[in-house]
Amino acid sequence: MSLTLEQVQRIAHLARIEISEAEALTTRSHLNGIFELIEQMQAVDTKGIEPMAHAQELSQRLRQDVVSEPDRRTAFQAIAPETEAGLYLVPKVIE
Amino acid sequence: MINASLKQLSQALAGKQISSVELTQLFLERIERLNPLFNAFITVDAEKSLAAARSADARIAAGDGGLLTGIPIAQKDIFCAEGWPTTCGSKMLANFVAPYDATVIRKMERDSGLVSLGKTNMDEFAMGSSNETSFFGPVRNPWDSERVPGGSSGGSAAAVAARLAPAATGTDTGGSIRQPAALCNLTGLKPTYGVVSRYGMIAFASSLDQAGPMAASAEDCALLLNSMAGFDERDSTSLERPPEDYSRDLEQPLNGLRIGLPKEFFGPGCAAEVMAAVQLALAEYKKLGATLVDVSLPNSHLSVPAYYVIAPAEASSNLSRFDGVRYGFRAADYGNLDEMYMKTRAQGFGAEVKRRIMIGAYVLSHGYYDAYYLQAQRIRRLIANDFVEAFKHCDVIIGPTSPSTAFKLGEKAADPVQMYLSDIYTIAVNLAGLPGMSLPCGFVGGLPVGLQLIGNYFAEGQLLNVAHQYQQVSAWHQQRPAGLA
Repeated sequence: MSLTLEQVQRIAHLARIEISEAEALTTRSHLNGIFELIEQMQAVDTKGIEPMAHAQELSQRLRQDVVSEPDRRTAFQAIAPETEAGLYLVPKVIE
Repeated sequence: MINASLKQLSQALAGKQISSVELTQLFLERIERLNPLFNAFITVDAEKSLAAARSADARIAAGDGGLLTGIPIAQKDIFCAEGWPTTCGSKMLANFVAPYDATVIRKMERDSGLVSLGKTNMDEFAMGSSNETSFFGPVRNPWDSERVPGGSSGGSAAAVAARLAPAATGTDTGGSIRQPAALCNLTGLKPTYGVVSRYGMIAFASSLDQAGPMAASAEDCALLLNSMAGFDERDSTSLERPPEDYSRDLEQPLNGLRIGLPKEFFGPGCAAEVMAAVQLALAEYKKLGATLVDVSLPNSHLSVPAYYVIAPAEASSNLSRFDGVRYGFRAADYGNLDEMYMKTRAQGFGAEVKRRIMIGAYVLSHGYYDAYYLQAQRIRRLIANDFVEAFKHCDVIIGPTSPSTAFKLGEKAADPVQMYLSDIYTIAVNLAGLPGMSLPCGFVGGLPVGLQLIGNYFAEGQLLNVAHQYQQVSAWHQQRPAGLA
């Protein structure tokens, strides 16, 4: 497998990472090297093998539907890049 | 005092031979003097440390102290610690001051009374095996400052090796406690997945991440694990098990212990001198009463490929939270919202982190999910099953931790695949979720060699016993780098 420049740019967009053409070229060569390593998996017959998502077979615990955390809005918003009136500010999304 | 074990420090504190404030000052002074040589710490805050030491002294005076109360420790900068900058080695979090404590921090500092000396340097978001991906610059190995300390817990390893701290915390997703422990002559333990809470530990690959201790000896690691481990309802994968004393079996004899030697760990691919040191350690274990058994982990060669699908997939999801909205870095100039995300992430993340996010985004994308992500998860099952089979024939598995001693700064930085292969012996353990350790077993050309022990699920106490018994008849773990008095 070998990624094209367009594929690299598409992946960067999916990951929401701005990438210049020069960076895309370097990235492509690194990713192709890594995928060459990953491709070793394709030779393995895994028919009938259950995928293992996790080290422990756990089901999600449930808890009582009650408030368990104090209100820390001020502390949490104090570390945000931009807030106003208790809201997080981002560029306008609705014209 | 700077070379003392945690038990000795505990006795000195209890016997009023030294106060926590004096002990903390001793290590803060070393950090101030020696840290510029190694760059092991990202954040040091003497006032905060001394305030914690004063309250530890008050606890000891009131008879309210525990075994570890008042002992200074270095915390990997991946753990949120309230009021401390918590950077995870990234520009993205360079200005982030954690508003809460990770469970590990709460247990060690609030409950046990350990005193934080500061936050240690690390590969950015724990992605690396050399500590060269840190936004705060590389860490240098105290055994040879031209060489890497390993990663990702490289700052913790260098700090303990140079005795800037008596012990430290680390995290291990693919070898990040064991490999730096090996390269810096430390004893490090990655517990069974789910034994130590991940709450407040900045996530890299959530199905693999596990925190553990890094220290001079197995005995020190046991005492630290007693403080770190335990059920936590705030971590959905934390295991509900009764508390254990991980030091309870340290003194057990090793008569009849069956040590499994996977033939895949003893083949080509490992430096001959490293292998010779491992063989000498095995001979020592035979003298201690152990028997050696040949076992096989036939799929272990697939652990690196499977890991570099699974870990990046989980990372791409975990790191989507860094969007410049609620905390952390935001780019200065942008037009619309999408541009804000794209520029923030382009400028906030380093090259290795971007690469892994992109691998993850790709293997999870439509049309590739089955071929990569599901295939990797199936191979993960095969790897875990190999261990189940091997443990039918042995009690612990032993091999090298790393295929080489510490490599030179810059030596592998330009080639991600070469860097990834430095973890060939450690990654399978994370995929299976097993406990693993590294302990010192010799030197090659003045550089430390690590011996890896792998145990069955929840066999931390046994691993620590097997390591401790070796440390009763060897002195490798007591060696310190020259010139750092």
